[in-house]
Amino acid sequence: MDSQTNELIKNEIKSNEVCLFMKGTPDAPQCGFSMAVTNILKMLEVNFKGVNVLADQNLREGIKVFSDWPTIPQLYVKNEFIGGCDIVKEMYESGELAKLFEDNGIDFKKKN
Amino acid sequence: MAMDLKEIESLIKEALPDAKIEIQDLAGDGNHYSATVISSQFAGKSKIQQHKMVYSSLKGKMGNELHALAVKTKEK
Repeated sequence: MDSQTNELIKNEIKSNEVCLFMKGTPDAPQCGFSMAVTNILKMLEVNFKGVNVLADQNLREGIKVFSDWPTIPQLYVKNEFIGGCDIVKEMYESGELAKLFEDNGIDFKKKN
Repeated sequence: MAMDLKEIESLIKEALPDAKIEIQDLAGDGNHYSATVISSQFAGKSKIQQHKMVYSSLKGKMGNELHALAVKTKEK
C-alpha cells in the first residue's frame, strides 16, 4: 500500500467517529453487504461517513491490507476496526452495537 | 470465478480440525455461501479474530475466487 493511501485511511478514521468503508455511497450502496450495514446504521440513526472504495482502486485494495480483513464493507468506530457485515449484523441483533455507541458517547436512537 | 462447497469445507477443516462446519450455497451459483463454524479454537478470541481464523484458512481465496461467504463463528 502506498503511503498516500495509508494516510488517507488514517485521516478518515481519525476525523470520523463512525466511518464505513463501503462499495458505493450511503444513499446508493453498490453491493448488498454494504447496503446491509448502511441500513443498520440508518436504523440506529447514527451519523456516519461512508467512504466509497469503488472511487479509488488504491483505497479498495489498501483498506484490506490496513485492516488485515479481506472483504468490504468495514466499519470503524473511534479509530477502531469493529468488523465486516456479518459481525456488525450480529452485534446489531444482540444489542452490542448500540452498547458500543453508547459507551463511546456517540448519538444514536435508543429502542424504547 | 466460483468455488466448490467441498473445497471450502476442507480448507476450513484443515486449519481447524475440530470444527463443526455447516456450509450453504445461498444462491446455488457456487459464489454466495454462508458458513457456520463451531470450534474450540475460538475460545477466548474476539469475533474479529475468529472470523480472521476462518478467512486465513481459505488462503487468500476470500475476496478473490470466493466473492461472498457469510461467516458465523461459535465456540464449542
